[in-house]
Amino acid sequence: MTPQDRLRLGLAGTALLALLALGCGGAAEPELVVGEYGSLTGNDATFGQSTKNGVELAFDDLVAGKQGRIGGLKVRIVVEDDQGKAEEAATVVQKLVNQDRVVAVLGEVASSRSLAGGPICQQAGVPMISPSSTNPRVTQVGDYVFRMCFLDDFQGWVMAKFVAENLKLKRVAMFKDVKNDYSVGLAQYFTNAFGAMGGRVIAEQAYQSGETDFRAQLTALKAANPQAIIVPGYYTEAGLIARQARELGIKVPLVGGDGWESEQLLQIGGDALNGTYYSNHWALDFPDPKLQDFLKKYRAKYGSDPDAIGGLAFDAANVLFAALEKLAADDARTFAGLSSKFAGKPERAAATKRLRDLIAATANYGGVTGTITLDANRDASKPAVVIAVKDGKKVYETTIHPEGRPAS
Amino acid sequence: MSEFFQQLVNGVTWGSVYALIALGYTMVYGILRLINFAHGDVYMLGAFFAFFAARWLGVARSPTPAGALLVLLISMAGCGVVGYVIERFAYKPVRKSPRLSALITAIGVSLLLENGGILVFGPDPKFFPQVIPASNIPLGGGVTISNQQVIILLVSVALMLGLTFVVLHTRVGKAMRAVSHSHTAAALMGISVDRIITFTFVLGSTLAAAAGVLVALQNPKIEPLMGIMPGLKAFVAAVLGGIGNIPGAVVGGLVMGLAEVMVVAYLSPTYRDAIAFVLLIVILLVRPAGILGRYAAEKV
Repeated sequence: MTPQDRLRLGLAGTALLALLALGCGGAAEPELVVGEYGSLTGNDATFGQSTKNGVELAFDDLVAGKQGRIGGLKVRIVVEDDQGKAEEAATVVQKLVNQDRVVAVLGEVASSRSLAGGPICQQAGVPMISPSSTNPRVTQVGDYVFRMCFLDDFQGWVMAKFVAENLKLKRVAMFKDVKNDYSVGLAQYFTNAFGAMGGRVIAEQAYQSGETDFRAQLTALKAANPQAIIVPGYYTEAGLIARQARELGIKVPLVGGDGWESEQLLQIGGDALNGTYYSNHWALDFPDPKLQDFLKKYRAKYGSDPDAIGGLAFDAANVLFAALEKLAADDARTFAGLSSKFAGKPERAAATKRLRDLIAATANYGGVTGTITLDANRDASKPAVVIAVKDGKKVYETTIHPEGRPAS
Repeated sequence: MSEFFQQLVNGVTWGSVYALIALGYTMVYGILRLINFAHGDVYMLGAFFAFFAARWLGVARSPTPAGALLVLLISMAGCGVVGYVIERFAYKPVRKSPRLSALITAIGVSLLLENGGILVFGPDPKFFPQVIPASNIPLGGGVTISNQQVIILLVSVALMLGLTFVVLHTRVGKAMRAVSHSHTAAALMGISVDRIITFTFVLGSTLAAAAGVLVALQNPKIEPLMGIMPGLKAFVAAVLGGIGNIPGAVVGGLVMGLAEVMVVAYLSPTYRDAIAFVLLIVILLVRPAGILGRYAAEKV
């Protein structure tokens, strides 16, 4: 080690200590620290940004109504960017749990990243609420992980029910993305449910995300003469598929899932999307006063329409706030353990356990994305809406409730 | 049966795009014995130039056929300039070096354009405006062709005929053919070899640009890495037809497009990209000079 090296090491050490001091300092007033992680940058940055906006709006409501306090403690939200990478998600959740000592975590959108953060929260006994990961495995991580949206198996059933009962069709074709687990899973769930309803998938074709020419597959599907084509993929391909299907003279409805939900869908597909349907977490034109109030605030603050992901994040934050309120009201002594004063102490562990129980007991919570009841698997059991595209606009078509679904 | 004919239509239009890109590969190879790996990325730039041109000119909002043609010409001109710059600053300095240096330079230029594209245009896909609104033309028997497919076919055929005319019936074309035979002999005959090479690059790049615009018109998703796969496949198409041979590139492109569509339709869509390379292996084993290629005796 040369003297320069030693000097460098010394400097680095000092800088590190200074950073640590900064991290520990401040916070004279005890706080209630909530963590949030998401993809603020990277390939699917809109997911993380929408989530952040939704949580911010929920926090704004808290500030407006209760000066940003719950049970006398000031709420602070720490947001971390995972750049859309699963390994980065694990790192930032570690930081939230061990350094910021948060009482609960909100995130993520993508199932793969929720699966990276979930085990860390589970192990630390910190409740985590994923607003919008639909893969069933996400909440199987453990009893501290929750979600605010429906699952893909439910969504597959919803699409099947809509096609069989609302559109009254019996013979459909399936066009799935074999490179995408979401799409493959949703296709399977749809096929099973549709079969049980007396329908039949008479033709199947596949594509791979990233492709731009689907004419060969669509021509083959057209030859089978289906009454509808199910496209359980993401919006980019769905838009292109709609366009090429219409060009080939395929006039039957196309039906998709929540992967279609994007403001870019209409931009890509244009008029070709008229006469298509997709299941979603919400519809913007749904005349629910709570939803319309949220929309007004969102537009006023961000100048654009929210997507369902923003709405789910808003609900996730509010469910968490409600559980915190309830704990503060029911048992102020246990609640005090959530204060930043007790970070890492036994009081904290007891408090987060109670908080977990209260989140798990969430029932009939009226959110902007529908009425939320958490089931025994900590998944939200809530209705799905079906959106129709008509005259180049997305319009609310119908709501499909989870009641009446056969146990699987 | 109508399904088969529909697939034929799909395959021929898709193939004509490969043919346009393959022409650029084959011309440059014919003259320089260089595989210009950056060619697929010039195709990408063509789509992006057209995207921005359509926006600035307002063609995106109020599409007219004249506006669409203007967008196509602007994009071709832009890529012509890019082709000139690439040739002048990347390939010319290594022209006297071993052939491998030029090949590696080509790969470098390709990476530069791809990552530069990500930096400038952003990694997220853009959606090409409908500069020509789509409509259907029924061909009878349930087979349809879209007006965009017709445009792709017509523009491709027109450009290919134009290119053939330039190469076979103009002085520049004569010079190109001379240079492709022998640089030294051509130079001795008073041909400016450098100028001919530059001209070839510019011509090839404008064809790639046209292909980029045509594809973007039909499949409106464009992104900085969109040129990689079509570039590779068009290269295979050029080899398939016989690299260095202009009609060969057209035949190779069409075979490629048809093979791809038929594999997707009747085998499995997951083999879509594999078929290109299966074809390449087969042709290299069975007829290494390509379908229309001539065997040249190698002087030792």
